[in-house]
This record gives sequence, C-alpha cells and structure tokens, in this order.
Amino acid sequence: MAKLKGAVTVDTERCKGCDLCVVACPQDVLALSKDANSKGYNFSMAINADECTGCVTCAMVCPDACITVYRVKVEHAA
Amino acid sequence: MDIQEIKRPENLIYQKPKSLLDTPMHYCPGCSHGVVHKLIAELVDEMGIQEKIIGVAPVGCAVFAYNYVDIDWQQAAHGRAPAVATAIKRLMPDRYVFTYQGDGDLAAIGTAETIHAANRGENITIIFINNGIYGMTGGQMAPTTLKGMITSTSPHGRQVDINGYPLNITPLLALLDGTCYVTRQAVHTVAAVRKAKKALQKGFENSMLGKGTSVIEIVSTCNSGWKMTPDASNKWMVENMFPVYPLGDLKDNG
Repeated sequence: MAKLKGAVTVDTERCKGCDLCVVACPQDVLALSKDANSKGYNFSMAINADECTGCVTCAMVCPDACITVYRVKVEHAA
Repeated sequence: MDIQEIKRPENLIYQKPKSLLDTPMHYCPGCSHGVVHKLIAELVDEMGIQEKIIGVAPVGCAVFAYNYVDIDWQQAAHGRAPAVATAIKRLMPDRYVFTYQGDGDLAAIGTAETIHAANRGENITIIFINNGIYGMTGGQMAPTTLKGMITSTSPHGRQVDINGYPLNITPLLALLDGTCYVTRQAVHTVAAVRKAKKALQKGFENSMLGKGTSVIEIVSTCNSGWKMTPDASNKWMVENMFPVYPLGDLKDNG
C-alpha cells in the first residue's frame, strides 16, 4: 500500500514560537526548540521528522506562514 | 526515504503565498490576523487578481496590512473603511474592493459607516475580525466584549447594567436588504481555516457580481489582550465566544 511521507521546513527566523503548529500536529512531529532565534523566540522545529505525513495542518494554522510542506507517495513492496 | 530527498521542489505542496511579503508581521505570536492575511494572499494568488484587488485597512492592529499583503491598499480614518471602499468601488467598478476591520473599527467608531454601506448594498467585501477586545490600545473593553469578560477597563468583568450587552453586529447586517452574503467563520483549526478561505473567496467573487455587500466575520483571538497563551485562547474562544457568536452562514442569496 502506498504511504504518504512528508517533510516540513520551518523558517526559524520568521517563527514567533506561538506553539499553535505544535498543538495542531496530529503526529507530534513538531516541538519548540530550546534555542532562540535572533528575536528571542523559541522557534518550532521537527523533532520527529520521520513521523510527518505532509498533512499540512501545521502550515495551515501558522499565523506567520513560516512552514513549507513537502509530500511524496512511497510505494511499499508487498 | 531520506528527509532531504523529500524536500524537493516537485514534492512541494504548501508554502508561504507569493503575495504575502517577507516583512515579518508585527502581530503578537499566535494572532489570528496572520492567518487571515495569509488566506487573503493565497486567494489573491489563486484567483490571479493581484492587479485587480484593492484593500481598505482600518485603524487597529491591522493598520499596517499594506506591509504584509502585496496588493493595493488604502488606509482609512478610524471606522471609515466602508465609506472609503464605497468611493473606490464606485470609481473603479472593475476592481475587487474589500475592507479589513477589527471590532473596534467596525462595531464601535464605524458602526454608522458599516450599516449604511451595507444598507446601500455597496458591492464590497467587509472582512470583520472580532476578538471582543481593543487589541492595539491595550486590551480595553469593546462593544463586542462578552458579558463578564475581564478587560483592562472592566477588571471585574463586563457588567451589562453599566456597560450594556455585547454588540452582535453581524446578524444586524444580515437583516439589511443590501447584503447578499453574511457569514461567521473562525481560523482556529484546519477545517475552520479551509471554510474561512471559501467564505472569503465567495465574498471576493460577490464584489464583482453586483449582488450587494458581503460580510465575513472571523471570530478571532487576542491572546495578548486576553492574557492567555495562543492555544489557551483558541480553547477559550471555542468555549466562550462561539456560544455568543455561533459560526455559520447567516445569509446567502446565492
């Protein structure tokens, strides 16, 4: 069966660490970093990147349009 | 499959819309304004109307909207966005004209302009961001503030015997014959964001069809003004704002 695999890129300088994407992600891929960006915000980052399905939930709720989403269909051998 | 292999241009499915400029938005972290700006920019890109759309910005947090969405903007005096939009649309009927207003702008100082523009059936789209508070000036009580809601000017909560009732202005506008489409949406979940985008698209399309005024209220959060985290604000909005301002279409004349 084909499986969807996704990947996200967060614009860490634009991110304000509002946490909405972290709460929204159904796969618990994202978390706020312990490091801060140049404005002092703890930006969002993919800590469980392998779990991402590219569902776009994080990017849709992001108020600052920081998240870019990629998705591929992976065919599994039977 | 390696993550870097997935991150290729051909696999791209979502990115910042081109009409949304790189300027960082001055809004507080988690502010609903950002999502609505993003939806407007997405629609401008998808409908290919960047050269044909004119926004009228309010006084309020969204006063700098021209820094963020790459379209033509006019900034109006406080509350007068529907009057300015009326003039723009009458002089340039081939443009999509919309106003972007908060509850302080639309439901307080601009109540008269809003009601009369809607009553005249001006072919404009009114986007109304309702977070029940004056966000920009420091979280004071607005006409839309809920009963018992604590703000900086109602520290013991809004009391109806002194401050009156929350002004539910969108159903008032739905009563007017000049409006063709009146809806209330939110942007706190993916499903809500998608619905809000459809509503905005319909509003923009209506402004070219000559049917009358479209009003799209977005029930929003002001986490700084409400003194909560963005996530807690969304939950508070669902529990407290939605019973007073229920989502859905109030009027749709097709």
